[in-house]
Amino acid sequence: MTTGTMLIDGVPVSFEYGQTIMEAAMAAKIFIPHLCHHPEFTPQGSCKLCTVKASGRYVSACTMSAKDGMEVENNTPDLNDKRRTLLQMLFVEGNHFCPSCEKSGNCMLQALAYELEMLSPRFEQFFPNRPVDASHPDFLLDFNRCILCELCVRASRDVDGKNVFALAGRGIHKHLIVNARSGQLADTDFSLQDRAAHVCPVGVILEKRKGFAVPIGQRQYDETPIGQQMDELAARSAKAEE
Amino acid sequence: MDAMDAVAVKPKVRVATTSLAGCFGCHMSFLDIDERLLELVELVEFDRSPLTDIKHCGPCDIGLIEGGVCNSENVHVLREFRKNCKVLIAIGACAINGGLPALRNSFDIGRCLQEVYLTGLNVENGQVPNDPELPLPLDQVHPIHEVVRIDYFIPGCPPSGDAIWKFLTDLLAGRTPRLGHPLLRFD
Repeated sequence: MTTGTMLIDGVPVSFEYGQTIMEAAMAAKIFIPHLCHHPEFTPQGSCKLCTVKASGRYVSACTMSAKDGMEVENNTPDLNDKRRTLLQMLFVEGNHFCPSCEKSGNCMLQALAYELEMLSPRFEQFFPNRPVDASHPDFLLDFNRCILCELCVRASRDVDGKNVFALAGRGIHKHLIVNARSGQLADTDFSLQDRAAHVCPVGVILEKRKGFAVPIGQRQYDETPIGQQMDELAARSAKAEE
Repeated sequence: MDAMDAVAVKPKVRVATTSLAGCFGCHMSFLDIDERLLELVELVEFDRSPLTDIKHCGPCDIGLIEGGVCNSENVHVLREFRKNCKVLIAIGACAINGGLPALRNSFDIGRCLQEVYLTGLNVENGQVPNDPELPLPLDQVHPIHEVVRIDYFIPGCPPSGDAIWKFLTDLLAGRTPRLGHPLLRFD
């Protein structure tokens, strides 16, 4: 297998041809902020949190192939400023009220906001009106927190073969829907065993009666910041294979 | 004469605090700095605040605002603080993004008032309160940075006493206030 070497923030990182910048960085335990990327699924580069500067150009680290001799800027004030702005736009677009969210402490959006020291939403809140779907006996869907990463869409389509979720609408009207005539999750064959039931990085797909099994303050990102959890982030695909 | 005596007493930093559409949880958390309050009062004195019961804000160095903006009185108080405080700080989730009171934003305020005061169960001879003393509710609850310019934000629901202490001591010492892990929390 042919390999090459690139520089990420001046540190030499070797990679195998065909790997993306994100894959090579993860293998080298270098943290690049991301939301829609998941090692188990085909990257789609929609959240743009993983934007890096490769040889002078802004690119998505999760979709850009690593190239020999490439110089990548990742953890720089310029890029982190832009990433923080993206987070702020995601926060004002939905209703992200952490104190009332079961996912608080396990949420990647929140963990990244901590990591990038996002202190305010900066922009005006949209306060969208998005009713929740509590029809399913085992799951609650709270669309208020959807960031359109499509991980549930990809998992349900590519792994579960069920196509339970989809994105509908365009531009600012784009939103997550459930593929059922009624639009209700209860009218699908969605189940606890689905991969899609366990990939949501935020608090949209919530298992009922499990909300506070682990208390606030003892959760995944409470103890250790996300940027120092490279092993856990990389292990997500391995966990799925078990 | 002793050299120390010649040094003029350094004027204290004047601080005002208030709670708009909040629950006073952030103020309670502020009191959670416990015995460090004694250290703090060496450095600051309080203007308008629930701690002093002063009703209107005079010229201040620092203003701490808890809670979002849910009615016309909140807007007046917030503007009074902005006018008088050199540095205005949003403290807690409600001031920063509307917080819990903003959960009403997806409901129509007119229909809410009608339901509660006119058409609701067991309401007899109801009327929507309209005493001029009562501040008018806004159609939606807003974070305070949507109404006036805010200089700093301390997130949390509420921010811990340690977070507030770290922030204020940074600011009073002339450093850029910074809340790293684990003080920076949204919940």
